[in-house]
Amino acid sequence: MAVKVQADNFDLAAELKNFGRDAGAVVTFTGLVRNRPDGTLDHMLIEHYPAMTLSALTEIETQACARWALTDTLIIHRYGELRPGAQIMMVATASLHRAEAFAAAEFLMDYLKSRAPFWKKEVTSEGESWVAAADRDEEALKRW
Amino acid sequence: MIDVLYFAWIRERIGLPREQIESSAVTVADLIEELKLREDRYAFAFSDLAAIRVAVDQTLVDVTMPLKGAREVAFFPPMTGG
Repeated sequence: MAVKVQADNFDLAAELKNFGRDAGAVVTFTGLVRNRPDGTLDHMLIEHYPAMTLSALTEIETQACARWALTDTLIIHRYGELRPGAQIMMVATASLHRAEAFAAAEFLMDYLKSRAPFWKKEVTSEGESWVAAADRDEEALKRW
Repeated sequence: MIDVLYFAWIRERIGLPREQIESSAVTVADLIEELKLREDRYAFAFSDLAAIRVAVDQTLVDVTMPLKGAREVAFFPPMTGG
């Protein structure tokens, strides 16, 4: 079980090298900086609340481990200035069977979206704007 | 004294990331009302309470939360992680 909050990029293969060795199933998800539909995004700025981020992510991870029989979990979330296509975050879950690993990964993602103290700002040549939370993200928590 | 932190567009509207405040507010909602009376930039930042989330000592709470014993209060918009 591990949670990392960092400015630096991460290497998916290196992170997964010894992950879930004793499991039958490993699910990973990686989130990338999405460009705007018109391709004008210069970069995204990700702000966070350092004193709270690690504990919030650990709490989400603890909840996942209480709900599913996971043999391992990993959450990495970056902050700072990120270009289109850059990796923002990843989650990995390991379990004996794939259903638990998939469900836990989706749960982690749903909670990361609206319960982890990160805020995204899009910066384009035209200006900058904070990304608004989507109603569907809050709605997504209800299925758990 | 209580440490008050602001993030994202709330930080930008108020113009600073954190400050120490001497307050007699009983709840988070009282503290918000106190801040709004200070200056226009605070009133602007807190004009839409539905768009504001609060953490007291790094735990998400409702605005009805009492502030007794609190050391740090953070105000921020709905989170956009992931």
